[in-house]
Amino acid sequence: MSNSNLTRRGLLKTGAVAGAGVALPTIFTASSAAAYTNEPTGGSVTLGFNVPQTGPYADEGADELRAYQLAVEHLNGEGDGGMLNTFSSKALKGNGILGKKVEFVTGDTQTKSDAARASAKSMIEKDGAVMITGGSSSGVAIAVQGLCQEAGVIFMAGLTHSNDTTGKDKKANGFRHFFNAYMSGAALAPVLAARYGTDRNAYHLTADYTWGWTQEASIKAATESLGWNTVNTVKTPLAATDFSSYITPVLQTDADVLVLNHYGGNMVNSLTNAVQFGLREKQVNGRDFEIVVPLFSRLMARGAGENIKGILGSTNWHWSLTDEGTQAFVKSFGTKYGFPPSQAAHTVYCQTLLYADACERAGTFNPCGVGEALEGFEFDGLGNGKTVYRADDHQCFKDVLVVKGKDNPTSEFDLLEVVEVTPAAQVTYDPEHPMFAGGNLGTCNAG
Amino acid sequence: MLGLDKRDTKFLLIVIFLTLATPILLQPFPESSTLAQFNAGYPDLMQRFAIFGIFAIGFNILFGLTGYLSFGHAAFLGIGSYSVVWMYKLLDYNVIWGLPLAVILSGLFALVIGYVSLRRSGIYFSILTLAFAQMSFNLAYSVLTPITNGETGLQVYTDDPQILMGATEPTSPHLFGIVMNQSAKINLGDWVFTFNNGYYFCAIIAIIAFYISLRIFRSPFGLMLRAIKSNQQRLNYTGLNARPYTLAAFVISGMYAGLAGGLMASMDPLAGAERMQWTASGEVVLMTILGGVGTMMGPVLGAGVIKYMENIFSKINEQVLHSWFGWLPDSLEGFVIFIAEHFVGSGWHMTSGVLFMLVVIFLPGGLVEGGQRIKAMFNNRGGDDADDPEHHPKHAPHVAE
Repeated sequence: MSNSNLTRRGLLKTGAVAGAGVALPTIFTASSAAAYTNEPTGGSVTLGFNVPQTGPYADEGADELRAYQLAVEHLNGEGDGGMLNTFSSKALKGNGILGKKVEFVTGDTQTKSDAARASAKSMIEKDGAVMITGGSSSGVAIAVQGLCQEAGVIFMAGLTHSNDTTGKDKKANGFRHFFNAYMSGAALAPVLAARYGTDRNAYHLTADYTWGWTQEASIKAATESLGWNTVNTVKTPLAATDFSSYITPVLQTDADVLVLNHYGGNMVNSLTNAVQFGLREKQVNGRDFEIVVPLFSRLMARGAGENIKGILGSTNWHWSLTDEGTQAFVKSFGTKYGFPPSQAAHTVYCQTLLYADACERAGTFNPCGVGEALEGFEFDGLGNGKTVYRADDHQCFKDVLVVKGKDNPTSEFDLLEVVEVTPAAQVTYDPEHPMFAGGNLGTCNAG
Repeated sequence: MLGLDKRDTKFLLIVIFLTLATPILLQPFPESSTLAQFNAGYPDLMQRFAIFGIFAIGFNILFGLTGYLSFGHAAFLGIGSYSVVWMYKLLDYNVIWGLPLAVILSGLFALVIGYVSLRRSGIYFSILTLAFAQMSFNLAYSVLTPITNGETGLQVYTDDPQILMGATEPTSPHLFGIVMNQSAKINLGDWVFTFNNGYYFCAIIAIIAFYISLRIFRSPFGLMLRAIKSNQQRLNYTGLNARPYTLAAFVISGMYAGLAGGLMASMDPLAGAERMQWTASGEVVLMTILGGVGTMMGPVLGAGVIKYMENIFSKINEQVLHSWFGWLPDSLEGFVIFIAEHFVGSGWHMTSGVLFMLVVIFLPGGLVEGGQRIKAMFNNRGGDDADDPEHHPKHAPHVAE
């Protein structure tokens, strides 16, 4: 059975074969003729919508996909045009982008960096997507943003709230419309101080990943500057579904505010646990115990049901706003799907329009040209009032909404009420702010 | 050739041909046809075929030969990826530093985990490996964040040391200047073939990995491993200590997994913790079983089928279905799409689950057994036809058809 006959000649032959093999790929290397990655040559242009269709953020992903389809319809001149009519820039004419019909491909990020990158790669390599957008987690957004930078396509981030996306992980090809953790802190802290006093003791439970970390740091800094004291901060695994073991220690401290830096299913579960442990009826030092959820969404409010009532948080956008952009969007979304859009749907719809508009204004799909058109771009009419895409870090600056779980909801969608609209100036920060420092935008890459 | 007998040499040559021709074979449909959706000849997926092929080949050395079912191989995959990305961060983007380190480190981890886990066999062994893998995942995910960057995944930043980085060096993974993500596209009529450096790099390593595994299968060591699978107790009674052999097999397959993980990071310079999750370990078990446990080609085939479904089926959305079934009457179209959409897009797991069930129930030997049955059927049919052209015995149809 033994046939190990490793000879000198055999070894040489093997070496020669292996050497030839290693040399083989060089024969095929040739530079491509296109000016930039996936330059659209036919009568259509392909966009890649990369959203979570499975996993903890699947609800948000499904809503994002609906909004994308609506945006593509409007760009191609179908439907009622939605926010195209209210958008301050009038470059888009409803004939696609630069006269090319908009087509799209979809993929599943599974809320995993690896899967998201694989899906984005296949859109770029196989389907010829010239822009990737979507995502519902900061981890995924950062991973895909890095990929798009390397591949030479534009990334229009979806729902991502971590400071790092436009902070230490910012990239020249990536753009974020959504607000971030720092802005939540800056908008929320004054309202918290006004309602709950300036001498509170806060206890943080934090989802253990980039978004959770930066949100915890932001809220902590913002509240401490107003006189609050942070008792403890505890990290919880993203995959956790039962938070009882994290809630019980809260009862043993003198904390009188619980801050839940959780999102999606995590937040629904942790809030439910906290309410079950009677935290909302609890009295500490003669004052009511309070729970704060810094990042809110309507989808989460629906999941949490009764428990959400009266709880303060912040949000990027809410369908009950009364400006004409919001009304146009809610109307066309509602007509098509029968219910109002979530903030995730709103932000990805805006991102698609903003990208298309930037292409029109730049007159090209070249990522460098598009990037230039987006940098420092000021616009209005997309539901958030006057907004600017800052050139230094590709972050949008706009008003932030502080919201509260509604005490007497009139429908299953009417769950949040806007407590205060924090003006953009109050949430604006220096690009070199310590929470965002350490990153480098680099230069735009056209592939 | 190369210490193989004639039959194996032929086998190896076929595998080499298939691997090198993959960019052409996976691109059977012209670009303008609607079937182009099913083309799989783009770099990322081909690289995955090769990489997961290596992963499954290595896993098969343990599971296929000794019968020890490890549920923790994803840990080695992750270790491989992290070592390569760290080499990018510390030295430079040349993959030549990271890959050997990936193999060595995962081998060391495999030695430790295997030494402990192999004290038990059967289900207890599986549980132990699962526990170790879950531990590694949690370490990578939250405890060792400074080393692994947690959920975000380890990436290379512009301010990393990269002490060997030359001024003109490419800023993405390369092998002595051959940049992995560069490809040559050849247009042939309506067909586009993409020849990618990274794929050929993976493919050549996969061929070497396949060759080594073939040699192990045919060696006395391989025979010993098979003996362990068939009856370990009897082996013990003959006075042989089986554990060094199983440990060696475990370490070898761990090194294969480390290599695969390293290659993943060589193609795409990022290492994420979810690569180590137990679902990833389960995936390689599925690949091996789907293709055929203990066969040479089976695991590679299984890896290909699962990755194909994950990447191609998951991208068929409602819009695509409408374009397929648009010719049906409206009510019927709605019904067909309602059924079909559960099996594509986000429902691709359903399709792979059904396929897996069918294979396990009707083809316990995996897809390879299906292939053999079809081959045998053709051989028989040829004979029948020659004997009696009027008489066509009806063959029992089975799922592989």
